[in-house]
Order: sequence, then structure tokens, then C-alpha cells
Amino acid sequence: MKRLSEERTKILFEKLAKYIGQNVKLLIDRPDGLYCFREQKDRVYYVSEKILKLANTIQPEFLISVGTCFGKFTKSNKFRLHVTALSYLAPYAQGKIWLKAPAEQQFLYGNHVAKSGLGRISENAEKYQGVVVYSMSDLPLGFGVAARSTAECKHADPMSSVCFHQADIGEYIRSEEDLL
Amino acid sequence: MGRKAKFTEGVLVKKGPGKKSKKQKDPTFPKALGVEEEYDRKLSRHQIKRVMKRDQKLKEKKEKIQEKKLNKEKKNLTKQEPQKKKKKTSVPQYNSEESEEEEEKDDEESDDETQTVDEGLLPSSAGFTDDNKSWLKPKKRITIEYSDEEEDIEQAESDDDEGEDEELQEEDNSENEELEEEDDAEAEESDDEAESEEEEDNLKVSSLNDLSDEDDSDDEKDEFDGDDDDLLPIEKQNIKLKKRQAEEAKSAEEEMQLNIGDQETFQFPTKESEEEVKSLQDVQQRIRDVIVVLSDFKKLRDENHVRGDYLEILKSDLCTYYSYNDFLMERFMQLFPLSELLEFLEASEVQRPLTIRTNSLKTRRRDLAQALINRGVNLDPIGKWSKVGLVVYSAQVPMGATPEYLAGHYIIQGASSFLPVMALAPQEKERVLDMSAAPGGKASHIAAVMKNTGVLFANDLNRDRIKAVVGNFHRLGVVNSVITCMDGRKYPGTIKDFDRVLLDAPCTGTGVVAKDQSVKTSKDEQDIQRCYNLQRELLLAAIDCVNAKSATGGYIVYSTCSVLPEENEWVIDYALRKRNVKLVDTGLEFGTQGFTNYRHFRFHPTLKLTRRFYPHTHNMDGFFVAKLKKFSNVIPTSSNDVDEEDNEEKNENNKRPLGEEEDEVDEEQPPRKQKKENKNKKNVKQNGVGKKDGRPNKVNKNQNQKQSPTKDKKPQKGNQQSPQSEKKQSPKKEKPQYSKKEKKQNLKEKNAKKEKVVKTPQPTSDAVSSPKSPKLNGKKNTNAEKEKAVKTPQPSPKSPKSNGKKPQDKKKEVLKNKIEKKQKIITENKKKQKQKLKKKNN
Repeated sequence: MKRLSEERTKILFEKLAKYIGQNVKLLIDRPDGLYCFREQKDRVYYVSEKILKLANTIQPEFLISVGTCFGKFTKSNKFRLHVTALSYLAPYAQGKIWLKAPAEQQFLYGNHVAKSGLGRISENAEKYQGVVVYSMSDLPLGFGVAARSTAECKHADPMSSVCFHQADIGEYIRSEEDLL
Repeated sequence: MGRKAKFTEGVLVKKGPGKKSKKQKDPTFPKALGVEEEYDRKLSRHQIKRVMKRDQKLKEKKEKIQEKKLNKEKKNLTKQEPQKKKKKTSVPQYNSEESEEEEEKDDEESDDETQTVDEGLLPSSAGFTDDNKSWLKPKKRITIEYSDEEEDIEQAESDDDEGEDEELQEEDNSENEELEEEDDAEAEESDDEAESEEEEDNLKVSSLNDLSDEDDSDDEKDEFDGDDDDLLPIEKQNIKLKKRQAEEAKSAEEEMQLNIGDQETFQFPTKESEEEVKSLQDVQQRIRDVIVVLSDFKKLRDENHVRGDYLEILKSDLCTYYSYNDFLMERFMQLFPLSELLEFLEASEVQRPLTIRTNSLKTRRRDLAQALINRGVNLDPIGKWSKVGLVVYSAQVPMGATPEYLAGHYIIQGASSFLPVMALAPQEKERVLDMSAAPGGKASHIAAVMKNTGVLFANDLNRDRIKAVVGNFHRLGVVNSVITCMDGRKYPGTIKDFDRVLLDAPCTGTGVVAKDQSVKTSKDEQDIQRCYNLQRELLLAAIDCVNAKSATGGYIVYSTCSVLPEENEWVIDYALRKRNVKLVDTGLEFGTQGFTNYRHFRFHPTLKLTRRFYPHTHNMDGFFVAKLKKFSNVIPTSSNDVDEEDNEEKNENNKRPLGEEEDEVDEEQPPRKQKKENKNKKNVKQNGVGKKDGRPNKVNKNQNQKQSPTKDKKPQKGNQQSPQSEKKQSPKKEKPQYSKKEKKQNLKEKNAKKEKVVKTPQPTSDAVSSPKSPKLNGKKNTNAEKEKAVKTPQPSPKSPKSNGKKPQDKKKEVLKNKIEKKQKIITENKKKQKQKLKKKNN
């Protein structure tokens, strides 16, 4: 468990800001104690300071995970969010997309969202902004990148994608092995 | 339509009687006609018989009441009998509804009473007064429908009985009145009636006599001859029914006898027949047969074969039928009584119902249930004992792939897996460890109960399975977790001071055969041995991880999905001896108690606080839950490895005679105990008790066998050795404590000592004076003497033994009587013994 380097911290926050904008602050300044990001084997974990202290007593080779895993740094030093970060992204998300029931299933199998499956979309979604995908019953299903802005969506072809798939909760089943 | 309606019109459908009865409805006669004509009529022969029968019945029923009165009446009647005999025969008691009706017209009172007589058969014939007549009548009508019918039929046979009937009724009335002794009613009745009553009384009673005397034989004949013709249909039916019942009972009994006969002839299979290829049904049949034989072995056994043979057959059959291996089946047969065994095996074939646990971190059970119901899932709450469980009866969608599942609203978890967490009852902001967590069901349950506060360590040895923990935790939104992958036995070396530890130990899985059929054949003695060794080590590690001083916790919950006591009670028992822990109530309302006795094992009596769950009784996987409370962080060194202890004892036995050792032990023990007390402070007593009581083991037995018959010795030795090992570990620490305590507490301890001394049986005290081993010379001898001296003067009124010691001792008693001296000597002794021990150790 080591602190993130300056550079990586920046990369991480930039990435998060795509999804939750200014709310990144909320992740750091929490009323219930200090929370921090830590890195192990290129994975980034978000965890309370108290827990971190205890976790540090355990040898790194035995430590699998602490708190919540947000994602990992790729070899090219980019940050990739994992679906495990969803529980923190969903409450603070800026751009949101709601899917119709049939499209829900499609999305959970790792497909992009077509215009036909689009139930609702938040008004201010910009093109290529990170969006959190919900089912019509407000169940967060995953997240992706808006392929079109809200305005463009209205005039889009039914079969054209409105959201590129990045992560979905289907991965908990599909790829449990490499969640981290 | 109309036709249909008519079918049901006849209120009473008469099955038996045929045309006659249909033709004739209740005849109604004009008053004037009726009475006069009827007086002349005589009853037909059959009618008389019937009447007689009815009388008899009546008689039987009312016997108790009538007897007294009959006696009286008989006296009166015997005088008149010769005159009235004819009349009697011709005028039997005959109460028909018909007549009643008439009487209703004529005089209501009499009618009323006849009814009551009729109802003598019916239970409701309590005495009632004429005041009630008005409203009582109709009701009686209803109640005596049966008799109504009867009498209708009778009527059919004899049209003109009414007059006689009336008479009879009046007789009855009179009788009834007598019976009831209701003066009010009689007072109301007319004088005439009263007269007639008297007359008829006589008549009737005489008739009774007659019947009993003359017509009994006739009656009997009748039963054989003309039953069908003479009796009322209902009576016929009744007789038929009774016959049938009797036959049935008889045949049933015969059948039973036959069955028994079959079993008696249950052929003990020969080798040849054994070799014959059999169908599973044959095997099943034989299983049943053998079980029946075994259930009443004395009676049903084959003389040439002992119980063991039968059990052998049963075992092999069960093995073939349920496809277990011999070993496991044998274990099960030892574990369950035969009746339960089959149930267990059957239940182990069937999957338990699918249960899910609501993730209270993300949703509520009601919401989840609604969402799932909308997806076509048929579910119910799991029971009162859990607020988060749901049973899924049927589902149109795969339960492990619904969006709700993926969103972490629930986890699929067996009902039995709820139990350890409920027993653990983690509190918020605690530090909890799940030692073997994969796949994270129970661990996430803990996190949910803690509401994501505190810290949850989830450990599992298996790197592949730990991924499931990671997945489940993230899916369920558990954020207070540290997931580790290491050997649980090394955990105390890494991190300690947990408030609670859950150890769902790896086991043979004999409780979840339904889930994994391979258990049936893959387990053998060695597997179990391996399992419980690992379990013991893990449990000790788990206990070591806990901080006994935790304000809220200090609990360890041990659970397995095995039903074998070797993996459950025995392991707990081991822990009780090895660590400062005690069993506490699990807080689970159901489940059967753990074993305290199992075959040759004798476990600590508190093991009944543990809980066992069986598939056949609780409809969940076979499971075991025990909750331990750690009351001291000290690892009692007295209970080193049992083997070690054993060895040491052996060595000591070899080195020097028992008695000496015993003697020293006597002297030394109390202070040492005190030492521990100081260390542990809290619950040494319990600990001691635990050790003494909780030594049910084979090893102990061995000890017993090896050593002299002194019962006291065992615990003492344990205590004695504890300081040894303590010394090994920290000799510097020990010394000062030792002396201080001794001096301080010597006085107190004497009482305890006394008891100990008292307890030591005679042979040991003899052994005190026995010659010492060559190793321990001079000093030792003096030492021993001093000890004696010390020991003996202690006033021990309870013990005749100490008083009855050798005269030398007594002398010494007299000589050295001062307490201070004793103390000094004791300290000296102890020092010497330390030296001794050191020598030994070296």
C-alpha cells in the first residue's frame, strides 16, 4: 500500500472528474473520517484511514484488497475505472442515462447503448462525458461514455449508439476472476 | 329442475327398509278412534322380541340408576306377577315416536317423559321438568331423529300398536319419573295419570324380570335365526357394522401377526444370496426389514446372528442404496439412531430450498421481495428468526443473474450460513475477523450487521476462492473490509486484538451432502483426522486473535458444515482445555444441543450450549455452531500439547516414584494456582474447573491408566507442569512473582491445600515415605520430611486420612506447629523443586 504519486493522483482525479465533476472533493472530505486513495500493484483503493492503518500490518503479499477498488493504472499509465467504483460514482454522477428494460439486458452483457434503448437522459450530458447508466427503476447498472450530447441524442438514429460501454455490473458474473 | 328438487325432498333417505317403509308415513289417527282400539292389540312375536332387546339395551345403559329402583319394584311386583304375566308379555315397553305424537295430542306431559325415556340412549337425557316442555320438545325431536326413523319403521311393521304403545309409554313415563324423582312435574300431572303410572310401573318392572328370565334364550336364537328379518334396518346395519369392525380388527391383528411372522422369517442372507445381483428395491426392502428387526431385536432376531451381523448388513445395504462409502456410513450409524438415520440420509439426497439474504446495506427485504416478485419469483420470508432471509420456491429467472443480484441487493446463501453470524452478533465499530471467509457470504453478512463500520478482516487461504470474496464484497458494497489471503494459523502472528472472530472452519462437509455428492465416497478416516487437526489449530489461532479485554466482544464463533462430533464438539472441547475460553449460549433459539457424550468421548458439560442443525429436522444444511467467550488473554501453559504433557508425565514416572511427586504436588499446587490466578485474574476458577471437568479425552484416559489411581493427581499435574513451561519461557519473570505471591497468599491457600491434602488418597501418602529414587537424594529426603511436617500439622478436621497418618507424622505435627515455619518450609520446598524441575528439563 503506497501513496499515489503526484502524477498518478492527477490522472486519477481527472478521470473521476469526468464522471462526478466537482463531487470528487466529497470523496476526500468526508464527515466520517479521513479517506484516502492508496495504490498496490497499480490498483487504486479508496479506504478509510483507520482501516488502512490496520491493513498496513499485513504483509503486502497476503493483502488482496482494502476498502473499495476504484480501478487500475494501465501500463501506459492511464487510469481505468473498474465497475467496483460504481458504488461511489453513482451517487455523485453528473451525467446519467436510464435504460429501457430490454436494453438493460443488452447493456449488462457488455454492449453499447443504442438510441432505441434509451429511456431517459440527463439534460446536460455532453459528448464524451462519463455517464452512469441506470435502469428505469434507478438501479445503477454501470457506466460509460456518452457518444452524443443530450441534444444530439434527440435526433439520433434509433440504432446508433448513445453511450459507449465501459463497465457494467454484469462483470461481477462475467469476469469475477479479474475484477481487480 | 323439478325432478332434481324432488330427489332431495325426502328429508330422511332410508336406505335399508325398502318399499314398506316408503309406503307408510307416520299414521295419524283421530283421537277418538285411536285410544280405544289400540288397547286390545297385542304385539307380534317379533315386536315383542324387539322390545325386549331394546329394553335390555335400555337396561344396560341405565343399569346403575335403575338397579336400586328395580330392587324395590321387584319386591312389589313379585307379588303381582302371576296375575299380570300375560299382560307383561303382550305389553312390553315399547316407545315409538308414533305413540309419542299421539300422546302429544293427548297429554303432553306423558309424551315428554316418554321422549326422555327414548333418549335414555342418547346422552342428552338429563332430567327436565314439565315447565320446560313447551320449548324442549321440538329440540328433542331433532335430537332423536335416529329413534324417529327407527320407530317409523317399526310402525310400518305393526300398524296398530299405538294403544299398547301408549301404555308402554306411560310405563316409561312412570319409570322415568321415578328415575328423575321430579316431584314438581308429577304434581302437575293429573291424578288419573298418576294412578295409571302406578299400575304400569308394576307391569313394566315385571316385564323386565320376565324378559331376563324367559326370553333371553329366545333372544339369542333370534339373533342367529331371524336377524335379518326381525331387526330394524338400522339395527341390522349396526350389527353388520360391528361385525365388520370386529372382522377388520381381527384381520388387522392377523396381518400384524403375519407381518411379524414375516419378519421372524426374515432370512438372514447367506453369502450366495448376497452375491446375487439385486435391484435397489430389494435392497430398500431389506433395509426396512433389518431396521424392523433391529427395532425389536430380542423378539425378532435370528438366534444364529448377533446384532453386529444385522448392522453389518444394514450398513452395506445403506451404502449400496445411498452410495456412500463404508466409512462414512459407519460414522453416520454411530451418530444417529436408526430411525433418524434413514431420515437423515433421505434428507441428504434432497437439495435444501434456495435461500437468499437481503443485503441490508443496499436495500430492505420488503423492497427486494417486491422487486423479485415483479420478476416472477415466488418467495417467502425465511422464518421469524431472520429479518433478512428469503426462501425462493420458484423463479422464472436465474436467481444468480437478476439485475437486483448484480446490483448487490441480495446474495444467495444457505439458511444455515445465517446462523454463525447471528451467533457472533457483531456490533458496530468493532474489529472482526472472518478467518475462512470465501466466498464471502457470512463475511458480508457481518459487514451488513456492522453497517459498514469498524473493520472487517476477511481471510481465506485459497487464492482462487478469495476472488469470490472480492467480487461479493464489491458487489454488496462492503467498504470496511480488508481482504487477506494467508494461512489462518499465522494470523495471530500478524494481527491480533479482534473483538470477534468467526471461524467457519474447513470441514469434510458431511452436513451438505446434498450440495456435494462427492463427499459420500471421498472421505475416510484420514480426511477427518486431517480436518479436525486443522480445525483445532485454526480454532486456537482464532482464539489467540481475540482480545479478551475487548469492551464489547471477546467472542469466537466456531462453525462447520459437518455433523461429525470429531470435527465439532471434540474440537471445541480441545479448545476449552487449551485456552482460557468458555462456552456461552449461541443465542439461536432452535437447533439441537451439542453432544456431551458421544461414544467413548466425554466432552465438557457446557458443550450442550452448542447448537447442531440437521437437514432432516431443521430443513437446512447439517451445521454446527459454538460460541466461545475468551476470558483471559493468557495462553494457559499448563495445557501444553496433551502429548507433551503425557510425555513429561511419563518421564517423571520413570524418574521417581509417584508418591514423592504427589507429595510435592500437594504442597506446591496451590501457590502455583495462585500465580495463574494473578495472571488471569478473572476466571481461574472456571479455568480450573474446565480443566478438571473438561478432560474427557482419550489421552486423559491413558494418563489414568498409566498413573496410579489417584484421581486428584491429574489436574494437579497439569498445574504442576504449567509452571515448568512457564519457567522455560520466562524464568526471570516467574521468580519474583512466585515468592511474593507465596508469602502473601500462603495463609489463604492453606485452606485450599488442606482440601487437596485431604483428597489425596491413602496410597499416595504411603508413597510419601517410600524410598526415593537414586537421583533425588539427601536434599530431597529432607525435603520430603519437611513437607510431611508441613502438611500434617495443618488442622484438617474433615480428613480422617491425614489424622490417621503414621505416628511419625503426628510427632512431627506436635513438634512443628507454627505457621511461619511452615511458610518458610514451603518456600524452600518450592525452590528446591524448581531446581529439580530444571534438572529434569535439562
